[in-house]
Amino acid sequence: MIRLSLRQLRGQAAAAAAALAVVAVVLGAAAPHLFHLYDASGVATCRAHDDCVPLATSLVNAIPGYYGIAYFCGIGIAFALPAAIGAFWGAPLVSREYETGTYKLAWTQGVSRGRWLAVKLSVVGLAAMATSGLFSLLLTWWSGPIDTATGLKEGTSVTFIRLGFVLFATRDITPVAYAAFGFALGVAAGLLIRRTVPAMAVTLVVFVAVQIGWAVAIRPHLIPPAHTVVALSEADLGNLGIAGGVEIVNPPAAALQPGEWILSTQTVDQAGHVLDVATVSQCRGSNTQACQAALVPLRLRDVIAYQPANRFWAFQWYEAAIFLALAVALAGWSAWWLSRHRVT
Amino acid sequence: MSAVIETTGLGKAYRRGLTGRHWALRDCTLAIPAGRIVGLVGPNGAGKTTLLNLAVGLLTPTSGSIEVLGRRPCGHGGGQGRVGFVAQDTPMYARLSVADHLRLGGWLNAGWDAALAERRIGELGLDPGQRAGSLSGGERAQVALTMAIARHPELMILDEPVASLDPLARREFLGSLMEAVAEHGASVVLSSHLVADLERVCDYLIVLVASRVRVAGDVGELLAAHRRLSGPRRDPGTLPAGQHVVGASHTDKQSTLFVRCDEPILDPSWTVRPVTLEDLVLAYMSQTRSRGAAAPGRGARLGVVS
Repeated sequence: MIRLSLRQLRGQAAAAAAALAVVAVVLGAAAPHLFHLYDASGVATCRAHDDCVPLATSLVNAIPGYYGIAYFCGIGIAFALPAAIGAFWGAPLVSREYETGTYKLAWTQGVSRGRWLAVKLSVVGLAAMATSGLFSLLLTWWSGPIDTATGLKEGTSVTFIRLGFVLFATRDITPVAYAAFGFALGVAAGLLIRRTVPAMAVTLVVFVAVQIGWAVAIRPHLIPPAHTVVALSEADLGNLGIAGGVEIVNPPAAALQPGEWILSTQTVDQAGHVLDVATVSQCRGSNTQACQAALVPLRLRDVIAYQPANRFWAFQWYEAAIFLALAVALAGWSAWWLSRHRVT
Repeated sequence: MSAVIETTGLGKAYRRGLTGRHWALRDCTLAIPAGRIVGLVGPNGAGKTTLLNLAVGLLTPTSGSIEVLGRRPCGHGGGQGRVGFVAQDTPMYARLSVADHLRLGGWLNAGWDAALAERRIGELGLDPGQRAGSLSGGERAQVALTMAIARHPELMILDEPVASLDPLARREFLGSLMEAVAEHGASVVLSSHLVADLERVCDYLIVLVASRVRVAGDVGELLAAHRRLSGPRRDPGTLPAGQHVVGASHTDKQSTLFVRCDEPILDPSWTVRPVTLEDLVLAYMSQTRSRGAAAPGRGARLGVVS
């Protein structure tokens, strides 16, 4: 049964290997120059001299634009790969047997349906994880200098820190678990729907919904966030912003470490009550000085809930473990369902 | 007589809509004897494919029970070690070659006879490297038959194996089947809606109409026990006991009756003619069609299972 699975995987595996080889060649060709730029920039040792921001900014500016294109293409592919694996490897696994009628051949041999599916799930699932893992390895390695530089430079949005949803989901080990989950999801969809194209569509929709829902609603709370209280000086009071639909006083830049994932910022008064700056009448107009003057006696502080940058690997392992567990559960359910329901 | 397939009140219903049910096979009780080449014949929709899919474990019964070679098909331990199955339209992996399919058979079956499979493919003149997708229907059927035979099954089940084949391929396929059976001695169950196919190979016949067995028995005995009578018009009800009317047609002056009788017809007013297998099957099928499902018991009574 393992040999049959390998034989039937041959075409897909060859295509995946060829695609990975192309990626390796492209990234490998660009790597020496990119790593040279990084080594020459001094960003690697900038913390010792406390000049990370200017060095990182000049490194980002020195990186040629086509590396940037490759960088963003890599992110795009890394997002698409688990979904594509689910749709193109997972969904047809059983549904195509139904569509072509070959289930009548496969499931009337000397191997039970449950075992047939268990072996196929294992072999193709491992191939999916290997493909995704190799791609992630290549991408994480090649993108490392750019990730570091964009994370340190001036004005980096929360999106491009390592804990942000773009880099977190496309680097290191989480893509492997997403691939396993997408694959198992596709198999389950194909098993229930029994038609390849609708199963592929359902797989894509559900996978994207899970990815977005997870990143928005669940990932921030995988580990209880850390809190910090930042005292606000009079100069800080002029820098207003919006957080969570409430007008706040932005914390001073020095209060934040690079790579920290800010979940919420609240401005509180000396009694500890949350203050919406918009409710202070002097701050409704355009007179910044009047606003500042009105805020000074309130002795405001910012309470920031955040995930420290050094929790990156904890988040990676938690999330990978959860998605792998989901994949195993879906796969187990599929094998059980197929052996239980004699289906045509 | 031991049975290779035995069903009791077997039924299979498909869900239709949210609450509706459609019975593809209902309350089917039959016994298929061992050591025979059994033709299972009936009109489209009679439940032949459903019955055979239940027999190989692709379907699970909604009601009743089925035993194949003395046990429930495809228990959870799985596998169809002793049953070779050739499915309707002989599905195959289009992108795998003939040789791949033979390897597949070896990978999935203990006791696979690779030498036999390769020899058969060689004898058929097929190129082992050819993709299954480019085989003709007849070639595909032959490969499927090879895969079934190479498992050395105790029972071979073939679901409409020749329905989509041209007459020549049909003859060759049935010839191969006969040779294989003569050589390896498996019991065979073969379904078809074409009587002519069965006539050539089967020695036992089951006519299945609307899930019910209309008649079952040894082909020779069935042919010997049925007669076509024609003579002056008369009420079929006036026939002597021991002559059961299967079908009757009347003109103003003449009656033609299709009867089952165990004794010779002595009434000199009848012209007595022997029947062909096709006559027999059609008589039993149209009997049901004209009387509908209202009187299923009658057909069952006539079709005494021998």
